[in-house]
Amino acid sequence: MKTFDYSRADTPQDAVKGGAVGNTRFIAGGTNLLDLMKLQIETPERIVDISRLALNEVEAMDDGGLRIGAMVPNADLAAHPQVIKAYPVLSRALLAGASGQLRNKASTGGNFLQRTRCYYFYDTAVPCNKREPGSGCPAKEGFNRIHAILGTSDACIATHPSDMAVAMRALDTTLVTLKPDGDRRRISIHEFYRLPGDTPHIETVLEEGELITHVELPPAPAGKQAYRKVRDRASYAFALVSVAAIVAVDDGKIANASLAFGGLGPMPWRSEAAEAALIGKAPEREAFEAAADALLADAKGFGSNDFKIPLTRRTLIAVLRDLTEDAA
Amino acid sequence: MHFTINGTKYDADPDIRTSLLDLLREHLGLTGSKKGCDHGQCGACTVLVNGRRINSCLTLAVMHQDDEITTIEGIGTPDNLAPLQSAFVRHDGFQCGYCTPGQICSATGMLDEAKKGWPSHVSESLDGDIALSDEEIRERMSGNLCRCSAYPNIVDAIREIAGEDA
Repeated sequence: MKTFDYSRADTPQDAVKGGAVGNTRFIAGGTNLLDLMKLQIETPERIVDISRLALNEVEAMDDGGLRIGAMVPNADLAAHPQVIKAYPVLSRALLAGASGQLRNKASTGGNFLQRTRCYYFYDTAVPCNKREPGSGCPAKEGFNRIHAILGTSDACIATHPSDMAVAMRALDTTLVTLKPDGDRRRISIHEFYRLPGDTPHIETVLEEGELITHVELPPAPAGKQAYRKVRDRASYAFALVSVAAIVAVDDGKIANASLAFGGLGPMPWRSEAAEAALIGKAPEREAFEAAADALLADAKGFGSNDFKIPLTRRTLIAVLRDLTEDAA
Repeated sequence: MHFTINGTKYDADPDIRTSLLDLLREHLGLTGSKKGCDHGQCGACTVLVNGRRINSCLTLAVMHQDDEITTIEGIGTPDNLAPLQSAFVRHDGFQCGYCTPGQICSATGMLDEAKKGWPSHVSESLDGDIALSDEEIRERMSGNLCRCSAYPNIVDAIREIAGEDA
């Protein structure tokens, strides 16, 4: 690990002042950042400790939504009574991720900013456009079993590893930030992540020194919620494919559908086309197949991950069937 | 830097990069906590910070100056084993023993989480009572690897103590 200057911020304002200086990283849980620093994939010169900021409350909002402080640990969020009651897809996604120890430490804000677990990103002996822009991408012709099938570019086929962020995307979450100049920003999760294009090292729209302070969930959407994760081990493994789904059936027709996917793309993936294929249709196999067709129309495998295309189709259909079988 | 570990105050001046695990082992001589992978994947380094289990390898010592840290040395001693430790001995919950301090610290934190009603990935209901079935114990302990594969006996030991707590 390269050495760094360390400071602890007492307020978000303190933190962004410190964070505005180049090559600084905020540290909250640190479970991903320190891992990357040990491997010298991240080499910050300054670390601003934000773990003691008073951003650890989960509060009901006037509009019926929920406001979550960025420092709320994943474990606490998963077990929060309001989340369990109104946003079970979020509890389920959090509980499907990592281990008990990691969920106790990892923060809500930090979870959005996890880096990919692409083997080549982690191996500093080989090129990687995300780690060293312009150096190349060995994953495309290499071992790419865990890699993306949607949203890839010539420069990068890595996936976003989070489970939590997949549920957050299905829930139309808004991220609230504080910038070094004191301005606050509200960023829809649909605008938060960037496709890799030819700049895969730039993963979000966050500006230098900008700090996630809160996450806001809109009022719970109508319908039933589910998170289903398919992985190589029964526990403590990243998703090959995951589906966060919220589906409402009214009078024998699908009235509302929100679908987000993990393990498929460089960001938690959302497909409006797949949702549109369901709305107004009877909750039956034909509609589910049409949604999978729409989701996967542009899917592209790279050899070892070709299996993700049929696996995604089957997982999506199974989730939709489970969520609607009482209503059909 | 000032630390409180197992109720005892310590002063140390480690390099800023020092993990909590390296502080314990290399600076304070508390070698019960073990270094397995040093990347948060094996759980051998598990300790309790303010009562919560964490991977001590994935956090900086400097970040924990105001915390109550409990290591395996604070959970029991050879002359006065904690109930979980006795249960591991009774059920033969280890072979080489390298992962055992982490298993015990993790199980200690885990039992507390279950008592608070925290659900897990395998819980049928998110807000029901938590009965620590073998499936629940395995899921909740999945962050602790045992390369001797003593898992069945580890589960037996934890189930015994979970039953006493219930």
